[in-house]
Amino acid sequence: MGVGRRLKVDCTVNGSRHVADGVWEGESLLYVLRERFGLYGSKNACEQGECGSCSVYLDGTLVCACLVLGGQANGRSLVTIEGLDGEKVEQAFVEAGAVQCGFCTPGLVVAAHDLLQRVPRPTDAQIREALAGNICRCTGYAKIIAAVHMAAGSA
Amino acid sequence: MEFMQPATWSEALAMKAAHPEATPIAGGTDVMVGLNLDHGRPESIIDLTRIRELGEWGSDDGWLRIGAGVTYTKLIDELGDRLPGLAMASRTVGSPQIRNRGTVGGNLGTASPAGDAHPPLLAADAQVELASATGTRRVPVREFFTGPKQTTMRKDELIAAFLVEPAAGPQQFSKVGTRNAMVIAVCSFALALDPARRRVGTGIGSAGPTPLRATEAERFLEGVLDEQGSWDRRTRVSEAAVTRFGELVASAARPIDDVRGTAAYRRHALSVLARRCFTWAWAAA
Repeated sequence: MGVGRRLKVDCTVNGSRHVADGVWEGESLLYVLRERFGLYGSKNACEQGECGSCSVYLDGTLVCACLVLGGQANGRSLVTIEGLDGEKVEQAFVEAGAVQCGFCTPGLVVAAHDLLQRVPRPTDAQIREALAGNICRCTGYAKIIAAVHMAAGSA
Repeated sequence: MEFMQPATWSEALAMKAAHPEATPIAGGTDVMVGLNLDHGRPESIIDLTRIRELGEWGSDDGWLRIGAGVTYTKLIDELGDRLPGLAMASRTVGSPQIRNRGTVGGNLGTASPAGDAHPPLLAADAQVELASATGTRRVPVREFFTGPKQTTMRKDELIAAFLVEPAAGPQQFSKVGTRNAMVIAVCSFALALDPARRRVGTGIGSAGPTPLRATEAERFLEGVLDEQGSWDRRTRVSEAAVTRFGELVASAARPIDDVRGTAAYRRHALSVLARRCFTWAWAAA
């Protein structure tokens, strides 16, 4: 049982052990990843799970890192955009022109990667549903959806 | 702030007894928003994600007993066939990321009048299992909510599970919002038909201080179906009766004007949702 003030967060990120000491008890996993581990790929925007820019895998499950308490990640295994086996999706985003300002891109790539693992050949509707929690304010989504189809096609 | 991470359920209950003000956290989809946006800081937090049985479900005397930590995604994947109404509501929750973390137990604990899981649980006459270091009790969902974000829970209690019977007939759920995902309900409605018991169950969401049942509408529709012998023969129900059902659902609501919609709109929308839900359910019966 863990009781105490200021936490140690000890977890696996992208295959290697990461430890942070003195973590505030109310600190989100997103803050731990960015400010303590220096992994700035997961973006901090809404901090309420609305935008999906901080999407990561937690023990293989797609989650918003901003909604995970740092202490909850103790002993868990994380994959962030930096360690994602996401080249196929990333390449498709580039080729389809699915990136404008790029802020939402890491989250979208992780969410699209998760979809393609579950559904290798998704329909338009499945893509829209799977990416519904990732907000992009530039592209209008058409090219993002095209990119996911492209990534699926090259499977 | 203190962070507690019990490894077992009895440990969690002991911690809650010793720290009655502690905020429990599971998927974090409500608690973390409060922390991130600094809407007040709890004295202490009890993380329930290490307690394996909270994430499990099983049978309990013909009912399904579903651990408070079962996520929406797991509920949809594993129980969607047995709990179609709750699964429909669960699919409207947030996004994949939110459904992967959020739990019905948390939805009950937060007790927002807009909680998506509440109407189908009301319609199905579900129960909430509350536990403390001194014992366990089961509360019908219709008695659980006492006001906006208020419940009958004592400070030393945690939500262990909820119990619901597998669907005995068609169930439906419908929700009004500005888009299909990531939306807090403007209003919502759930319907559960039980032909064997000749029972109609309803649940209204986001149109009152708590989720509500439309009991007058339930009795009216039961009467119509009884009178026509429709439960067995599935005969067509008159448009006038369906419209009346919708009106009675609307009149059971106690909505207010707020940022998401006006009271008048909510009442109107509920009458439409109720008519649609019944029409869909009856077509499937």
